[in-house]
Amino acid sequence: MCRLAVLLWAGALLAQSPKYGVGRAPTEDDIRQFDITVRPDGKGLPGGSGSVAEGKEIYTNRCLKCHGSVGQGRDSVPLAGGRGSISSDKPLKTVESYWPYATTVFDFVRRAMPFDRPGTLTANQVYAVTAYVLYLGKIVPENTVLDGPSLAKIRMPNRDGFVPDPRPDVGRGPGVKK
Amino acid sequence: MTFARRRWLGATALGSLLAACKRGAPVADEGPRLLGATVRAYGERSTFETAKRSLDEDRFLEASQTRTPLGESVGVLTPSSLHYERHHSGVPQIDPAQHRLLIHGMVDRPTIFTLEDLRRLPSLSRIHFLECSGNSGVEWGAKPAPTAQMSHGLASCSEWTGVPLALLLAEAGVQQGAKWLMAEGADACKMARSLPIAKAMDDILVAWGQNGEALRPEQGYPLRLFVPGWEGNVSVKWLRRILVAEEPVMARDETAKYTDLMADGTARMFTFAMEAKSLITYPSGGQQVKPGFCEITGLAWSGAGTIRRVEVSTDGGKSWMDAALQQPVLSKAFTRFRAPWKWDGAACELQSRCTDESGYVQPAKESLVAVRGERSVYHYNGIKAWKIGADGSVSHV
Repeated sequence: MCRLAVLLWAGALLAQSPKYGVGRAPTEDDIRQFDITVRPDGKGLPGGSGSVAEGKEIYTNRCLKCHGSVGQGRDSVPLAGGRGSISSDKPLKTVESYWPYATTVFDFVRRAMPFDRPGTLTANQVYAVTAYVLYLGKIVPENTVLDGPSLAKIRMPNRDGFVPDPRPDVGRGPGVKK
Repeated sequence: MTFARRRWLGATALGSLLAACKRGAPVADEGPRLLGATVRAYGERSTFETAKRSLDEDRFLEASQTRTPLGESVGVLTPSSLHYERHHSGVPQIDPAQHRLLIHGMVDRPTIFTLEDLRRLPSLSRIHFLECSGNSGVEWGAKPAPTAQMSHGLASCSEWTGVPLALLLAEAGVQQGAKWLMAEGADACKMARSLPIAKAMDDILVAWGQNGEALRPEQGYPLRLFVPGWEGNVSVKWLRRILVAEEPVMARDETAKYTDLMADGTARMFTFAMEAKSLITYPSGGQQVKPGFCEITGLAWSGAGTIRRVEVSTDGGKSWMDAALQQPVLSKAFTRFRAPWKWDGAACELQSRCTDESGYVQPAKESLVAVRGERSVYHYNGIKAWKIGADGSVSHV
């Protein structure tokens, strides 16, 4: 019995150790360099803050030429407007009308914007641009100063608009398991 | 050797040669002959071949797409040079010696792999299609695309070589409670998508090889995720990081984009699977047929597994005949089908319809629209019809 317990314990330990042992452990610096993910609960948001007013200035210089003066869209997608249009014949999908999480705005702006020079905005600037885009979408008031905790608390208008994938919903033949 | 090269032959010789050709007699290869081209280090196709990817007139060609010329496809494999593209911030140029893959988050042993590390591990190769979720999205609308390339060309099929993601995750030691992972690219926008870990344990590859050589830059060189049977954008290219987590990260490309809007205003999220689809590639839009025998051929594929059956109709869907499937039929791969046909010269309509191993039957457009409306953009897999005119021209219906 005792021998069996030792065997089981050794087996469990074996299952938890790497089989091939290639690669190396990252340093904390390595992970900091790579990890830019911001999650819906606010995990991953950096320190810093930015105001709607600061955001307007950055937006005017870096974003307006593609997204339009008030986020109505020009060369690229509109950011504001369309609230309530999603169930109509002409849905206008914007941050305001469609995006379920405000944290995604921060994550995406930091990750991918401005389109021609992503990665050039500081954390404070990303907070400011996020605040301004949310202001254009009438989601936050004009005097807003956004930081990590306040951003994670924002509830987006279309937060409950998403459902899991129910397919196959069409084209089911006989004997198809859902 | 071409006629042009034979110009030095006497007029009499050329005359008799042409006469021989007209009669369909074999051409005698006589007299002095010119040498062909020398050997070369990396091959090119014949200069007579013209099939190419389509370029859209997009404002930003770094966030655009090209389509595979499926109407001119042969067999089931897509040459890497003709594999469709969809990028979100351009094609990065990455030195493989500098590239790293980090696996971290809910793992016991966060690990950084170099390409050299990954190539030491047990690898495997599989033939799979890759298809953009927006492929044939134009078909939702009133104006279907005029050619197989423009309607269905955001799909291609290659052999992919790499290491199973499950093996890398086992090396890192996934912790209890971890259900999702996020894959991230090293392109300018650091494209990110969440995936359930269960799929990784099933068949996801971390791939560096395509069709017998390294991935093409536009296919993710030097390293990409390859997620068989699921929408193309989750097969994150230029893969640099995998974060193991309890929940999806809700990235832009799984909330604002790649969600399917229904008529009632709700949107489906994480619509990963590409459902069964088929397409007649010959005769298809833009081509020309002649009266007499004409083999109908096309491609079928399903994210649920193998194609079990393809039926073809030459009378607009009134009657159907079974097409022959080219063997071997592979799971989550293009399957070539063929059906003999004699065109009698009258206007008619061709259609194809496939059934996969789950029993799922490719639906008509009306069935899709009845359930999903016309604004879901993604995941259109309705039956595609081609109209043959009395003049032999082929056009969309």
